[in-house]
Amino acid sequence: MNELAISAQGLTKQFKTRGGMVTAVENLSLRVTPGETYGLIGPDGAGKSTATRVILGLLTRTAGESSILGFDSMADSYEIRERVGYIAQQNVLPADLTVMENMRFFAGVQCVSAEAQKKRIPELLAFAGLSNFTNRLAGRLSGGMKKKLALACSLIHEPQVVMLDEPTLGVDPVSRREFWSLLGDLRAEKGLTIFVCTPYMDEAERCTQIGLLYGGKLIAAGTPTQIKGLLPGHLLEFTPAQFAAAQQRITGMEGVLELQTYGEKLHVFVDDVGARKAQIEMALAAEGIAHDDLREIEVRMEEAFISLVQQQTEKVGV
Amino acid sequence: MPKSLRRLAALIRKEVTQLLRDRRGLAYMLGLPLLQLFLYAYAVNTSVYHIPTAIVDQSRDRKSREFVQALVNSQYFNATLQLENGAEVMTAIDKGQVRAGVIIPPHFAADTDRGSATVLMMLDGSDSASVSSGYSAAALVAQSYASHLATEQVQRKGIRTSALAGASALPITTSTRVLYNPDMIDIWFLLPGLAGLILQTLAVQQAALIIVRERELGTIEQILITPTRPLELVLSKMIPLLALCLLTMGVVVGIGVFWFGVPFQGSFFLYFWLTLLFIASSLGLGLLFSNRARTQKQAQQQALLTMMFGLLLGGMIYPRSAMPAIPRFIGDLLPMTYFVRASRTIFTKGVGLRFVWTDMLALAIYTVVVVLLAARNFKKRLD
Amino acid sequence: MSNGTGLDPQQPIVVRNLTKKFGDFVAVDNVSFAVNAGEVFGWLGPNGAGKTTTIRMLLGLLHPTSGSTHVLGLNSATQTKAMHAIVGYMSQQFTLYNDLTAAENIRFYGMVYGLSNRDLRQRQAEIIQMAGLEGREKALTSTLSGGWKQRLALGCAIVHRPKVVFLDEPTAGVDPISRRDFWTLIYAMAKEGVTVLVTTHYMDEAELCQRIGFISQGRLVALDRPGRLKQTQMRGDVLELNVSNPDLAMRILKAAQQSGQLPLDEVALYGAQIHAVVPSAEAYKEVLRALLSTAGIEVRSLERIAPTLEDVFISAVNAPA
Repeated sequence: MNELAISAQGLTKQFKTRGGMVTAVENLSLRVTPGETYGLIGPDGAGKSTATRVILGLLTRTAGESSILGFDSMADSYEIRERVGYIAQQNVLPADLTVMENMRFFAGVQCVSAEAQKKRIPELLAFAGLSNFTNRLAGRLSGGMKKKLALACSLIHEPQVVMLDEPTLGVDPVSRREFWSLLGDLRAEKGLTIFVCTPYMDEAERCTQIGLLYGGKLIAAGTPTQIKGLLPGHLLEFTPAQFAAAQQRITGMEGVLELQTYGEKLHVFVDDVGARKAQIEMALAAEGIAHDDLREIEVRMEEAFISLVQQQTEKVGV
Repeated sequence: MPKSLRRLAALIRKEVTQLLRDRRGLAYMLGLPLLQLFLYAYAVNTSVYHIPTAIVDQSRDRKSREFVQALVNSQYFNATLQLENGAEVMTAIDKGQVRAGVIIPPHFAADTDRGSATVLMMLDGSDSASVSSGYSAAALVAQSYASHLATEQVQRKGIRTSALAGASALPITTSTRVLYNPDMIDIWFLLPGLAGLILQTLAVQQAALIIVRERELGTIEQILITPTRPLELVLSKMIPLLALCLLTMGVVVGIGVFWFGVPFQGSFFLYFWLTLLFIASSLGLGLLFSNRARTQKQAQQQALLTMMFGLLLGGMIYPRSAMPAIPRFIGDLLPMTYFVRASRTIFTKGVGLRFVWTDMLALAIYTVVVVLLAARNFKKRLD
Repeated sequence: MSNGTGLDPQQPIVVRNLTKKFGDFVAVDNVSFAVNAGEVFGWLGPNGAGKTTTIRMLLGLLHPTSGSTHVLGLNSATQTKAMHAIVGYMSQQFTLYNDLTAAENIRFYGMVYGLSNRDLRQRQAEIIQMAGLEGREKALTSTLSGGWKQRLALGCAIVHRPKVVFLDEPTAGVDPISRRDFWTLIYAMAKEGVTVLVTTHYMDEAELCQRIGFISQGRLVALDRPGRLKQTQMRGDVLELNVSNPDLAMRILKAAQQSGQLPLDEVALYGAQIHAVVPSAEAYKEVLRALLSTAGIEVRSLERIAPTLEDVFISAVNAPA
């Protein structure tokens, strides 16, 4: 058997639309080793869901190869379905069944024996924090609880790999953190391979490996630290009194690698903190632009993403 | 238990739970057929009474006089003209003097005793209401005389079409008494067919919606990712609906028999199996629609079309023998067509499997084909 | 803040002792706050905490059980019509007509708000420029990308030059670059004196607000600048651990947390790192190091890191009432 949990090689998916062919995923290659928590990160419409569905065999592929646990996505879809857990993005569970009925249903279609069900269902419900809600209709659960139930259902057949399509979409920060804590437990205690799609850049920090997807293409891949390391230089932050004037003055200044706006603040990427800080302060003073302290801050995934996308579009020459 | 059956059991349990939980849906499924039944029985009267009719009695015996009297007693026919032959009847219809003609050949009494009597009925093809009412009533009367009723539609306005009619295939038994009841003849004649229309409509509609609904809701995605096979899914949708539709059928037929007093002559056991096959095939057809439709709306439209075809071409109201080839062929594609024919036979003549086995076999083959087609057409992927 | 004193009635948004009950359920519980002119105010909280209920009362769509809300000096409950004429509102489902062009959408909303033809022409040009839609005026809205649609929706919401704008999760589902552009727009409006109240589920976006109100279980639990909140509201310190075997380390720390051996508020995996919230970094750094070392785990680094706003909110929500 293949040592990779999930793999894709040159995976491409095109859709026919009224306006012609649209390429949703283009030449995607990725490798996820067992036990990894892999995050496919990108904004809406980047092709995350499509890529996930193609890998799972829920959509046909236009070109390339993909497999899970060595089973081909297209040819061996039933082998995959017996070994993988999946949470679709929306309306995942029958809303008119209770929590318990949902669990029993998915246990049944996965052919989990009655004895195993007796043991696993209460365990999973306790794990998901749903033990007190067994008789509640799934449709009456809060958004965060629905996702937890979906997770519990997707684990009923003890899969080796779980794939989650935006499991925290529209879920509030508290439930989001609870959900990630559950995924952390699965990783630490069961050694499960987790593949997760998310538009939240900060969730990238939760993953051991990430791929940044934009416009159907993988624009960067590696550990979160590696990705953030792809950025040039250091990041300075400050709040100018005259935003547009400051923006104009700093753009193109020597040693300024990139300028990003951040609300009322400016984020300036510079090659050398000491030298450029003084240089920028002087330039602003000369223009009479008041500002607060220039300070160096740590680069987060969002800054990295924006920077990488801008580099990408410059390369293509958009 | 094999894995496939275990999955099927889990799927069926889910469907049953959902069906029973949806009280409004249940009320609709049981209520609508009853509403339809009462509407057809009381409100809608498709019959035309007192059709001016020319009588050609070439037999002139006691039996033939009784036969004419029975026609008149049915209130569907008024014997307004006594003529000598078919040509005269044709002329009379042409002139608009009558809208039907009944030609009783010589030796009617003797032929009746032998069980091979044939009466020719000529009907004004330009008046479809008369054609259907007249045919239906005359068929019942004729049946009680153990005679074939051959029909012939005559186009008025000078255009004569060749005799379209074939002999209707009513089996002959000599022991049948007069069956019709002048007051309730509509529902008596209608019920065996109406039950077919009502149940086909219900089954096709519910089945057509059931898979595409899950597709629209999105819950199908979570089921697709389990090892469930298409045939298991199709069967799991079919079996609970089959039980529900059988129950509905029981209620419809029960009301027909006990409320409207429609006589049921045949074997209940046989009728049950006929109904089972008929509903299974209708559900299969609906599931096929459901798997081919992209939206619930599309599925709903296909179900509506099926109902319309059923109403017009299924043989419930308009005699299929009088239909041109294409509508008749469309009728052949409907489960209802086979059911209506067999249902009438079982209902009104206490005959056994011998007379309905072809229709039942047709329905059984139909079910298998359409269920396999539905499973084949089930989209295992989302694109 | 208990009786609303200290709230200046001149402020564009004033919420005083606001309470809303649905039967026995208290959705909003005696909430008071005010937003300054030209301020970008973040209104945050978990689902079901009373966030949306508060906004609906501010917009006059729900009546308070007790207390009051005033927007630009107008009582939301009794002067709703007058108030609607001078505030802007943009919800997460941007209410644009997909089958109209960008310009037609602006004109439609301008007419709804009763702008004169001359005024409308001027506003249309301004909004097209603001949203970066030059050259796309005649494009059908359905063909615009998420970022453009969102900026157009904002333009339509402010076509009548409102002094107060409510934005309810305006950036949901929009890519990070468009989100940055959108926030630049928000601050451009604020610079012109428009008061902005915004809700979001993106915690990093909350950092962009000048001030934040945080509601949990109907109560206002925090109200301050993001930087200050991180100093005042966080119970305990966040430690970041780099260890040789994070999964094993995680199991050990979880076990210690559950048995009560260590008073960890939270312990979670962040990729190859572990974050642990301890009562005090000084007191627990060595405890953690010792615990992991005895299990044969190499601790490569163990440092106190600045809490994120999300850390702060989780802490505030979990705080004993």
